[in-house]
Amino acid sequence: MIRGFSPNDILFLLGALRWTALLAAGAFVGSAVVGLVLATMRLSRFRAVRWLAIVYVQLVQGIPLLVWLFLLYFGVAMLGFNVDPWLAAILGFSIYGGAFLGEVWRGAMGSIEVTQWEAGAALGLSISQQLRHVIVPQSVQIAIPPTIGFLVQLIKNTSLASTIGILEVTREGQLTSAATYQPMTVYLVVAALYFALCFPLTQWSRSLERKFNAGR
Amino acid sequence: MHLARAVVRYGFQFRDVLAAWELFVEGLLVTLTLSVAAFAGGLALGVLGAAIRTYGPGWAKFLVSSYVAVVRNTPLLVQLFVIFFGLPALGIRLDSMTAAIIALIFNLGAYTVEIVRAGFESIPEGQLEAGRALGLSGPQIFRHVVLFQSMRSMVPALSSQFIFFMLGTAAVSQIAVTDLFHTASLVQSRTFRDFEVYIVIAGIYLVLAQVMRLVFAGGYRLAFGGRS
Amino acid sequence: MPVVEINNIVKRFGSNTVLDDVSLSVDRGEVITVLGRSGSGKSTMLRCINGLEPIQGGSIRVDGVEVNDPACDLRVLRQNVGIVFQSFNLFPHLSVCDNITLAPRIVQRQAREHSRDLARGVLRQVGLEDKLDAFPNSLSGGQKQRVAIARSLAMHPKVMLFDEVTSALDPELTGEVLKVLEGVAAAGMTMILVTHEIGFARRFGSRVVFMHHGKVHEIGPAAETLANPQTAEFAAFLSAVLH
Repeated sequence: MIRGFSPNDILFLLGALRWTALLAAGAFVGSAVVGLVLATMRLSRFRAVRWLAIVYVQLVQGIPLLVWLFLLYFGVAMLGFNVDPWLAAILGFSIYGGAFLGEVWRGAMGSIEVTQWEAGAALGLSISQQLRHVIVPQSVQIAIPPTIGFLVQLIKNTSLASTIGILEVTREGQLTSAATYQPMTVYLVVAALYFALCFPLTQWSRSLERKFNAGR
Repeated sequence: MHLARAVVRYGFQFRDVLAAWELFVEGLLVTLTLSVAAFAGGLALGVLGAAIRTYGPGWAKFLVSSYVAVVRNTPLLVQLFVIFFGLPALGIRLDSMTAAIIALIFNLGAYTVEIVRAGFESIPEGQLEAGRALGLSGPQIFRHVVLFQSMRSMVPALSSQFIFFMLGTAAVSQIAVTDLFHTASLVQSRTFRDFEVYIVIAGIYLVLAQVMRLVFAGGYRLAFGGRS
Repeated sequence: MPVVEINNIVKRFGSNTVLDDVSLSVDRGEVITVLGRSGSGKSTMLRCINGLEPIQGGSIRVDGVEVNDPACDLRVLRQNVGIVFQSFNLFPHLSVCDNITLAPRIVQRQAREHSRDLARGVLRQVGLEDKLDAFPNSLSGGQKQRVAIARSLAMHPKVMLFDEVTSALDPELTGEVLKVLEGVAAAGMTMILVTHEIGFARRFGSRVVFMHHGKVHEIGPAAETLANPQTAEFAAFLSAVLH
C-alpha cells in the first residue's frame, strides 16, 4: 500500500538512528581494541611481530569493507554457523577499523621526537616509564583529532551494514522509500540525519586540531 | 575451536567459482572504468574547488566549504541513493552507471579539495611574493609556481585516497551497477559457493590495490624522482 | 678517585669511527670544557658517558661504576649523571614543576609534597622560582634551558654533562644561561661542557679539551692552554671562533 511521507516517517528514521549510533559505538570499541594491539605490535622489539602487524594492515586495507561484511555474514554462514548480522557487522567493522585506528595511533606515537624518549632515559626512566609518563600523554593529544575523524568515517560506514539486513537508518530509509514512493525526500532526510551526527564531530575534531597546532 | 574445525570440514570448492572468470573480468573492467572516470573528474573538481577555496571570493569559498562539509559528513551509499533513486522523482532519469559516475565524482571531489588545499597552503608566502616580484599574473603564479610544487606534496596523499576510494566504489553494487562486487552475487547465484566467491573477490581487490599502489609509486618517481 | 674515568674508548657509527682511543679523567669539582669543530666527536663523547650511546671499545667508569658492563643498571647510573641538551627537551605536556619532579617521584620515589619543595629549591638556583606552575611553551628559550638545568639538578647528580646548551639561543639569552652555569660551578658541581663559549671556558673552566677527528688533540689547564695553544689545529680553531 502506498502512502504519503508523513512526520511519522521522520520519527521512524530518528528511531533507526539509534541503531546506527549503537552500531558505531560497538564498532568503535572493537576497532580500538584491535588498533591498540596493532599499535603495540608495531613498537615490539621483534621484527616478526612488527611485520605481522604491517601485513595485517596491508591485507585489511586492500579489501573493501563490503567484502569483509559479506565474507563474515554470508561466507561464515556457509560453514554451518548461524551468524547474527550484528555480530558479523561489529566484527567486520572492528577488523577493518582496527587497521586504520592502529595506524593513526602508531603515527601519533611516531610523531613524538626521539629526543623526548632520550630526555626520559637521561633522567633514569625505564622504557615503560618513558612510554607511560612522556610518550603516551603527548601522543594522546595528537591522536584525539584523527580519532574523532575516524569515528565520523565509522558512522558513515555503518550505512553498509544495511546490506546484510541490519535495520539501521539507511535500511529504514530504503523501506520508507519503498512504502511512500518519495525517495528524494526520504534519502535527503536520511542524509540530513547522518549530517547531524557527523558534522558536529568533524567540527570538534577540527577545533581540537587547531587548538593543538596553535599551542605548539 | 568450532570455527577452525568447520573450516577444515567445509571442503572448499573453487572450481565452479573460477569457471565464471569471465564475469569477474567484466566486473573488474566496470570497477576500473568507474574508478578512472571518478579519479579524472574528482581531481578536476578537487583542484577547482581548492583554488576557489584558497583564492576565491568569500561567497564562493562558502559554497565550496558547504559542498565539502555535506559530502564528507554523509555516507557514499546515501549519496548514491539520492542521485539514483531521488533524481528520477524530479524528472531526471539516469541509468545506474551514469548515476554512479556522477555520485563518485561528487564524492571524491570533496575529499580531493581538502588534500589539494593543504598542498596549496604548504607553499610558503615567499614563493608567491617572488612570483609577483617577477611580474607574473595571478593565474601565472598559480600555474607555474603553486601547482607544480604543491603536486609533489599532495601526490602521496592523493594516491592513498584514490586507492581507498577505489575499494569504496563497491557500494555502487547497491544501485545495480554490475561492478566487481556485484559480480560476486551473480556468481554466487550460479554456484551457491558464497564463501569461495567472496574469498576470490577479496583476492582480486587485494591485487588491484597493490597494483595501484605500485602504479602510483612508479608514476611519482617518474614525475618527481630526479628533483629534490 | 676521579668521578669520571674514560679509558681508550672507541665509538663507531657503521664504518665511521667517531671516537678513536679517547681517554679523559675528571676529578670531583672539576669544570671541563670540551671544544672542537662539529663532527669532532665531542657531543658523542658526552652521550657515551651516560650510556645514551654504546661504545665499541675501552671503558667508562662513573663514580667507580663501569658504564658498559652489561650488569650496570643504566637507570641507576643516570641518576648520578645529569645531562642537559642543546634543544632543552622539556616535556611539553608537563608543567615546570612536573618536568622537574617527574624523575624524583617515579624513579627515586619521593612523596609529591616533598618534591614540590625540591622543585622550588632548584628553580631558585636558576632564578625562576616564579615559573613553578608555568608550561614550557610559555617560556623563552633561555628560561627553558634554565628549567632543563634545574630538572637535572633535582636528581642531585654527581656529575653534570652540558651538550652545547647555549647554541640554540640568541646572544642576549646566552648570558642568562651562562650565569646559571657559573652558579652551578661555584656550588662545586663536577661539570663537563661541550661549548663554543671560549670566554666561559677561560674564566670558569679548570681544564679545556680540544677534540679533533675523534681524538683528544690537546688538553691542559684552561686559561693557559687557551692563551697558548700547542697545536696548529687548536690555534686555527681558536682564531676562527674568536674572529
